[in-house]
Amino acid sequence: MKYIWLIPILPGLGAAINGLIGIRSFSRKTAGVVACTMMGAALALSLFAFWQLLGLPADARAYDVVIAQWIPSIPLMTQHGVGGFQVPWGFRLDPLSGMMILVVTGIGTLIHVYSTAYMADEPRGGVARFFCYLNLFCFFMLMLVLGNNFVVMFVGWEGVGLCSYLLIGYWYEKKSASDAGKKAFITNRIGDWGFILGVFLIYQMFGTLDFRAVQNAAATMPVESVHFGVLSFICLFLFIGATGKSAQIPLYVWLPDAMEGPTPVSALIHAATMVTAGVYMVGRNAVLFTHAPMVMQIVAIVGVLTAFMAASIGLVQYDIKRVLAYSTVSQLGYMFTAMGVGAFSAGAFHLMTHAFFKALLFLGSGSVIHAMAGEQDMRYMGGLRKYMPVTFATMFIGTLAIAGIPPLSGFFSKDEILFRAFESNKAIWVIAVATALMTAFYMFRLVSMTFLGAYRGPAWESAGAAHGAPDDHGGGHGHGAWHGPHESPTPMTFPLMALAVGAVVAGLFGIPAALNGPNTIEHFLEPSFTAESHIADRGMRIAESGGIAEAAAIRTPQSEVRNEEAEPHVSRSVELGLMGFSVLIALAGIGLARKFYVTSPEISQGLAEQWAGPHRLLSNKYYVDELYDATVISGTYAGGRGLWAFDRHVVDGAVNGAGWLTVISAWFSGLTDRTVVDGLVNLVGRIAQEGSYWFRRLQTGLVQTYALVMVFGVFAFVTIYLFVR
Amino acid sequence: MPITTTHYILLSAALFTIGVVGVMVRRNIIIIFMSIELILNAVNINLIAFSQQLQNGIGQVFAIFVIAVAAAEAAVGLGIILAFYRNKETVNIDEMNVMRS
Amino acid sequence: MAQAIAFYFIAACILGFAVLVVSTKDTVHSVLFLVLDFLFVAALYVLLGAEFLAAIQILVYAGGIVVLYLFVVMLVNLKRPPEAHSDPHRRTMLGFLLAGAVLVEVGAIAIYGFSQPAMVPVPGAAMPVTGNTAQIGWLLYTSYLIPFEIASMLLLVAMIGAIVLAKREL
Repeated sequence: MKYIWLIPILPGLGAAINGLIGIRSFSRKTAGVVACTMMGAALALSLFAFWQLLGLPADARAYDVVIAQWIPSIPLMTQHGVGGFQVPWGFRLDPLSGMMILVVTGIGTLIHVYSTAYMADEPRGGVARFFCYLNLFCFFMLMLVLGNNFVVMFVGWEGVGLCSYLLIGYWYEKKSASDAGKKAFITNRIGDWGFILGVFLIYQMFGTLDFRAVQNAAATMPVESVHFGVLSFICLFLFIGATGKSAQIPLYVWLPDAMEGPTPVSALIHAATMVTAGVYMVGRNAVLFTHAPMVMQIVAIVGVLTAFMAASIGLVQYDIKRVLAYSTVSQLGYMFTAMGVGAFSAGAFHLMTHAFFKALLFLGSGSVIHAMAGEQDMRYMGGLRKYMPVTFATMFIGTLAIAGIPPLSGFFSKDEILFRAFESNKAIWVIAVATALMTAFYMFRLVSMTFLGAYRGPAWESAGAAHGAPDDHGGGHGHGAWHGPHESPTPMTFPLMALAVGAVVAGLFGIPAALNGPNTIEHFLEPSFTAESHIADRGMRIAESGGIAEAAAIRTPQSEVRNEEAEPHVSRSVELGLMGFSVLIALAGIGLARKFYVTSPEISQGLAEQWAGPHRLLSNKYYVDELYDATVISGTYAGGRGLWAFDRHVVDGAVNGAGWLTVISAWFSGLTDRTVVDGLVNLVGRIAQEGSYWFRRLQTGLVQTYALVMVFGVFAFVTIYLFVR
Repeated sequence: MPITTTHYILLSAALFTIGVVGVMVRRNIIIIFMSIELILNAVNINLIAFSQQLQNGIGQVFAIFVIAVAAAEAAVGLGIILAFYRNKETVNIDEMNVMRS
Repeated sequence: MAQAIAFYFIAACILGFAVLVVSTKDTVHSVLFLVLDFLFVAALYVLLGAEFLAAIQILVYAGGIVVLYLFVVMLVNLKRPPEAHSDPHRRTMLGFLLAGAVLVEVGAIAIYGFSQPAMVPVPGAAMPVTGNTAQIGWLLYTSYLIPFEIASMLLLVAMIGAIVLAKREL
């Protein structure tokens, strides 16, 4: 376990090899092999480290390793006097980060394998560049989840933002792609501003940035239930960072545009890993957040509103990837809702299951797009079930998972969230349930339009990809003339199948107590969300068995006491009833979608015309992008123009003025030079000229005059002598 | 009254004055040179008078040197006059004004 | 008494001839008067007890320098009256006045100075020989040797200079 620092280093190494050598000289196959091997090695190491972690007793599952000092101790002012600001390269393996590294390396490896086939049409150097970026992303993501202090996490945080930019804009010659990359990075940056402020406040408050130390220090502070204190500010700023990275309101606008990148990128980064970084970060700082209930409220409200809004937009999108993108935003909203109501484990659990089925759905859509030679508009698909059975089967499984049909994983995780929301705030629960309905609806709509019904696409043996598809990839189909949709090659279907299996069985980790399940995942993750000083629940007041012995008590299934929130008496029957209700909702959604899109498609057309206004509103994503453009972006441009005018007039004016002043003063000094200085010189000359006239008269040329003068001198001397003596 | 040194001084002064007048007034350059000799003689008289008064031989030695110098000066001066006369055909000092400005 | 008479006579001659030197129109007469003047000055020297110097005076001055002057007078063409035209810049009267003033003043100084108690004359160094000539010789060749030699150099230079100046072709 002391080699956990190798886990990020291995893909980093792969990135270096592919980047420095691969782009020049590797073939497509070599680049792919290098990348996948590194990821596979990281996965193996992660599994081994995780197995070792499981070997530790439940209350001591934390392992820190520091491999070097990055920033040596710098004296810096904190709340309590001058502290030493130092940042080590530290990595921490505990239940939460253990789960995350498995998710990242596992799904990452599968996606790397998938990409070897998906990106096979790209130019050789481009393939190496792709794998370099992909490995680099995994390097940063692993550093993010393994870091044991805020700064190392931030390195990963920024790095995944950078890789997101690089990968979204992979086809950089396409303007929409490079624009999307910029949008993603800039929006992320706005969130990072909040994150950094939060980190500053943390240092100022606690004098350290180590997670464990901060948690322990925060645990001793009072819960800020009534006033908005320092901890609330810290959590608010951190959450702003999370909204940027995890695409919540108001910084979610980059995620739909990020679909410009290749589909494996969308699967890895924008479904399974990077966007979950915000959720991970909130989970990491669970202790801080539980001390700021008002911010938790904000988190929950923002999360559920985002979920609802994104799901509503996804109802009417036609691009297959866009639907999945909005679905991601919506599911992230679910995770934040969970975090907001205090169900940190449930949120993390949903993160894991969502990673499985969302990656599955994205890779499946990639398979479809690959088969349709770049076509992404669902209106031109349909009936692909008979051409791509494996893809259809796996995607159907993913759809069932996301809709929340038991016994698939999505059911357990989503239901846990709904239950906790019900316990905390009924209004949030209502909105969440409505979102679940919409989720089931649009996902089944997607499946129906793509795989069921009649085929609406172009005929094959025709001009192939020259269809005017709005979102054609730069690569196109490398097989020459298009021979119609076909099943994808094995490197693409194998990950689909593997992920489908995961989507099915992952739920088994979280069977709640209500169903007599052990709820393994919650118990497993619990120590990550509490401070070390007491392994009790967040509600410290409820802890009956203070001390370490409770660790054994937690293991027993009859721990409903722990599952209780501020309202202790939500009984098991209510929980079961809620579970059944959510299943009904999911089935209703699927049924509606079936009706609209499979049995009688004309209904959807009629509805679209009847409700044209709202339909347009949803199609145009509530005009949020346009709103941002009109206000923030135009404001920034106007500010820039204003500053440019300032620079032109004031700054350049000052410089020009200085030059003009120089000219004036030069004129003056020229004048002085002409009159005064030259005048003096001329005066001297005139004196010499005039005076010399008188002196010339002495030179009579007459010797005797000179003698006369001499005698006169003698006379003068003698006279003086006479009168002195 | 006994002849004191004062008498010699006065004699010397008178001779000196006559010489100076001659230098200033006369136009013939040769006369001027001769007036200069008168001046030098006046000086000599003075020197020897004091030598006799002070019973010191220094005065007389000095007078010998004065005579030597006067001789040299007369030689050179007359040489100059000759040279000038060959050029300008005159000994009138008023016409010797080449350095007039 | 005899000394007084001799002095006054010689003094009168000196001054008289000097005036004549300065005022005579004819140059040759002027030279003649100059010679007589020198002779009377030599007599004065004898009166003063400087016999050697009197001899030197006659030898060098009257015998050498005046002869030189005579030669030059002869060489210079005197057909044209030398006092032909005078320069308008002359200040003759001023010259007379100044000279007279100087004379008066010097006389005043002399008379006044000698009415004061005379200072003790510095006695000359004791000499092993007596007699004017020996005395001068003694001084000249011991204390004042260097000026003596320099004077001889001076005479040499003057001689060369005079030769160079008076030559017809260089």
